[in-house]
Amino acid sequence: MASKVRVETTINGEPTEFLCEPRQSLLECLRDVLHLTGTKEGCNDGNCGACTVVMNGALVTSCLVLGPEAQGARIETVEGIAKGNQLHPLQQAFLEEAALQCGICTPGFLVASKMLLEKNAQPTEQEIRLWLANNLCRCTGYDKIIRAVQKAATQMAEVKA
Amino acid sequence: MNEFEYRAPQTLAEALADYSAHPSAKLLAGGTDLIVQMRAGRKTPDVVLDIKHIAELNELSYDAAKGLTLGAAVPCHIIHNSDVVKREYPALAELAGIIGGTAIQGRASIGGNLCNSSPSADSIPLLIAMGAICRIASAKGERTVPVESFCTAPGRNVLEPGELLVSLQIPAKSKGTGSYYLRFIPRNEMDIAVVGAGVEVTLSDGKISAARVALAAVAPTPLFVTEAGAALIGKEPGSEAFEAAAQAARNAATPISDMRGTVAYRKHLCAVITRRALEAAVAQAKERQ
Amino acid sequence: MSTYSVIGTRPIRHDGADKVTGRALYGADLQLAGLLHGAILRSPHAHARIIKIDTSKAAALPGVRAVVTADDLPDSGDRMVDLGEGETPLSFIRGNVLAKGKVLYRGHAVAGVAAVSAHVAEQAANLIQVEYEVLPCVLTAPSAMADGATLLHDNLMMKELGQNTGKPSNVSEHFRHLMGDPAAGFAQADVVVERVFDTATVHQGYIEPHNATALWNNDGRVQIWCSTQGSFVVRDATACVLDVPVSQVKVTPMEIGGGFGGKIPVYLEPVAALLSKKSGRPVKLLMSRRDVFEATGPTPGSHIRVKLGATKEGKLVAGEAYLAYEAGAYPGAMVGPGAMCVFAAYDIPNIVIDGYDVVVNKPSTAAYRAPGATNAAFATESVVDEIAEKLGVDPLELRLRNAAKEGTRRADGPKYPRVGCIEVLEAMKNSDHYKSPLTGPNQGRGVAIGFWFNVGLPSACTIAVNADGTVTLVEGSTDIGGTRTSIAMQAAEVLGLPAEKVQPTVVDTDSVGFTAVTGGSRTTFATGMAAHDAAQDVVRQMKERALKFWKMDAATPVEFAKGVFTAGDKSITWNELCTKQARTGGPVVGRASVNPRGVGGSFAGAIADVEVDPETGKVTVLRFTSVQDAGKAIHPSYVEGQMQGGSVQGIGWGLNEEYYMSPDGTMMNSSLLDYRMPTALDLPMIETIIVEVPNPGHPFGVRGVGEANIVPPPGALANAIYHAVGVRMNSLPMKPSAVMEAIWSK
Repeated sequence: MASKVRVETTINGEPTEFLCEPRQSLLECLRDVLHLTGTKEGCNDGNCGACTVVMNGALVTSCLVLGPEAQGARIETVEGIAKGNQLHPLQQAFLEEAALQCGICTPGFLVASKMLLEKNAQPTEQEIRLWLANNLCRCTGYDKIIRAVQKAATQMAEVKA
Repeated sequence: MNEFEYRAPQTLAEALADYSAHPSAKLLAGGTDLIVQMRAGRKTPDVVLDIKHIAELNELSYDAAKGLTLGAAVPCHIIHNSDVVKREYPALAELAGIIGGTAIQGRASIGGNLCNSSPSADSIPLLIAMGAICRIASAKGERTVPVESFCTAPGRNVLEPGELLVSLQIPAKSKGTGSYYLRFIPRNEMDIAVVGAGVEVTLSDGKISAARVALAAVAPTPLFVTEAGAALIGKEPGSEAFEAAAQAARNAATPISDMRGTVAYRKHLCAVITRRALEAAVAQAKERQ
Repeated sequence: MSTYSVIGTRPIRHDGADKVTGRALYGADLQLAGLLHGAILRSPHAHARIIKIDTSKAAALPGVRAVVTADDLPDSGDRMVDLGEGETPLSFIRGNVLAKGKVLYRGHAVAGVAAVSAHVAEQAANLIQVEYEVLPCVLTAPSAMADGATLLHDNLMMKELGQNTGKPSNVSEHFRHLMGDPAAGFAQADVVVERVFDTATVHQGYIEPHNATALWNNDGRVQIWCSTQGSFVVRDATACVLDVPVSQVKVTPMEIGGGFGGKIPVYLEPVAALLSKKSGRPVKLLMSRRDVFEATGPTPGSHIRVKLGATKEGKLVAGEAYLAYEAGAYPGAMVGPGAMCVFAAYDIPNIVIDGYDVVVNKPSTAAYRAPGATNAAFATESVVDEIAEKLGVDPLELRLRNAAKEGTRRADGPKYPRVGCIEVLEAMKNSDHYKSPLTGPNQGRGVAIGFWFNVGLPSACTIAVNADGTVTLVEGSTDIGGTRTSIAMQAAEVLGLPAEKVQPTVVDTDSVGFTAVTGGSRTTFATGMAAHDAAQDVVRQMKERALKFWKMDAATPVEFAKGVFTAGDKSITWNELCTKQARTGGPVVGRASVNPRGVGGSFAGAIADVEVDPETGKVTVLRFTSVQDAGKAIHPSYVEGQMQGGSVQGIGWGLNEEYYMSPDGTMMNSSLLDYRMPTALDLPMIETIIVEVPNPGHPFGVRGVGEANIVPPPGALANAIYHAVGVRMNSLPMKPSAVMEAIWSK
């Protein structure tokens, strides 16, 4: 059996330690080792975006990150988006706009959309579509997802104003 | 995936020593190609060297004399958002925003795209067109290789065992120079080029004084089409010159028929995409005069 | 004018918070003490005889706990079983779970391994040595039907017009629907158009790969947790395959990450159970994306000929269709529904339809959203467009002149009850989209319509009343796109409660009565009807309780309106009566079972504007409108969502998706990079127009809306491409290279 390495990382602000085999992806570590199963596997080769997380400020597909690479990193997952009992405006907008059907792609879309709005508070429809092209959804045809991101952007701007 | 040992050297010297001791190791930067290949069993290294903590591989600096130094492990999202790249090499900034999707760009590097040496790699034609030079190091020393000489076959390149790509050097661009990479893909993102064209043109006194054209996905390696460049030099930038270069590109291409397109379709696209890329590059060159 | 208070509103779905926080548990998320992880060894060949399987090296690998092959399946003899989609030989179901004797497609499961980690299991699977004798393969219906074609099954005898021919064939069945006198009909026609079409195999493309976890307990009980559209189908199929009584199998449907028809058959569940039996531990099996493409059930590729004749007045007088659908490795190509739907949108007096169900060396096909209908409508709608052009009639006008309506007989027999085909066409014609001009060169507009059924099938539901006035609704339809809420809303409407006060839960097969699959556009229709009926049962019982509470005669009439029970001068609110349950006879539990008939089906239409790049053949969708008859939209947002999702799947099918097969039967593009489903960047907003022609077979008039929306898009796109650049595309996908080649050969 393969020997495991110890990884110290920060997940959703919590200092976290875990053991993994080098061949385990960050996605496997999150799900199988840490039981943070909100991050989903859809393709395991970076082409569907269901496993999208933020790593050191960059959006990444966690299936294409080795567990040991998380050493010293800051990782943000869908589980960290709500603040306590308070849903993030994006989460609320996804519910109000019916921007999910089966929900399996939703964590990836939320993580990616949150980062988009942090970089670009008022994205155009085309900017949203381009940013989210790494995230596949097969249920919605994207229409309601785009609307939800636009709605969240508007609401977040109003709160700031 | 097979078992392997993971190591993350912190200095170039450490990495080169380790690599020369384990030349069968695979180098990991963004991992967007390597991890997929390892998972599919196409690569089965016993050691993986994570080289993205090395300072030289993360360098992104510009000097009006030397041009751009682009560390091999700098991820696309950094390049895409870099003010100096956007200002001096807009085509490169744009390119870094079309490789994979957003979350791929969070990891993937231009150096990795080059070292993966796929015939359809998006970055290589533009690097060739821009005259980029590879800085290669091993425990024995360093050498430089022009990008157009780097790839030798699908997935193969000039790197010898123990050698790694440290950085790319892209010459500073004079006024009147414009570059562009254009690819044809059936989707609008997240796709592999059916044909890609990287071009660079320099205008002086209303004529094209320098031009380089390279193609993706139409030969076993990215293809530097010197005939296309030659067809442009000395001409006025316009449809006649573009058409001549486009035909040269079409003639130079030796594509195969596969799921991405037939020979006839790809050769046709070579001309179309080359012409359109030249139009964009010339427009940029005119803006930068 | 609707008097509904809940139906037609847009409450937040009951499972919403779980699904936006990552808390919702899907099959792969399940963690159990002692869990082992499995892997499946799959065939590298499209067609081969299995000479020998040696599992010894795999079994010897440290960390491996069990290895199984088809020899571990019970050999209880063959028989016909009906798991809800018609009779199938058990040997075919078992054979698809684990190959016996022969592998019939690349990806066919050959052996399973359970080990302490997924990586060890995968390594072990690769250590299994299988000796194959590779056989020639057939990959398309025409090649499989040709004389002398390699046969997949020695024991598959062709059924010809209902008679067993006793002749081994790759054609499992040829059937015919004949109505009127087609020859005489064509003789009346002033215009006849006949065209041949081919469509590629495509996949449902759900983002969640199949998964199953099984525990074969020491008492013989088998527990399964999985991603399925129908927990009872998984229970029944697994019991059949493993030869154990249905009562010994309990299936817990986890949240499901998309299905579209593809998550009805069992693939992993019986293997996980066998591995659990051998290892004495729970075993989880997950498919990779490549497994999903290569080894689940895509929708058939097809070869279709359609001929239509019309008078110069624009009346369709005769239709002829030939449909050969690829079933994949085992019979059952959904050509039956394809044949029912090919002319289903039109009132044509003389029709002949020939259907062929053909096995080929590709994965065994499964349902995909209106299965069979999209292929057929692509052909019909292209031909109708051509006739409209020849007659110089607006394409919607021609369709309106011939639209199916109440009383129209379909060629397969049934007469329509009240249906909404005309209303859909009128809505298309009156839409802002259809009235707006195109704006540039190389642009074109296409329209198409399509039909799909609502199947009925059984559903059960119970509703328990809580003392605080809320109710708990228990049902068995796995919720793929918000059906917990569309079902709960129907109960809420009856009970006079807001949707939030009905708490719906989807439960396991031990905890609710038999409920058929979430499929066939039936869930909001049929399980919704069960919820409606169960809520009525609650109201009936609550009225009895009111009388008991008032100590009035049990025969006294009681009214229930706006949350208040009234009898004579007595009245009590719902909330107050809920607190009196214990003293009036104990908890109130309403229940209902339904197997509805009288189902009208749903018509849909699409308007597509495209721009074609004449130098590359690439098609850009500029504007797209989906129109559908929902009967009554319970939750309009989720109705729109179905229409948008189905439209985009249809757009993907039309423009880029395909199984690109090598001559040796390998799917060359088995990744989400190369399979090219549409991304957000490939699409415009999808406009929707909900038409409401109430279904007389449902208490609120519901028509299922899950499927018909995928039927029109490929035809609408083909017609749009024609009007943009003048080429008639006769094969799917209409990918850039194909459009370019069509332009070249114009």
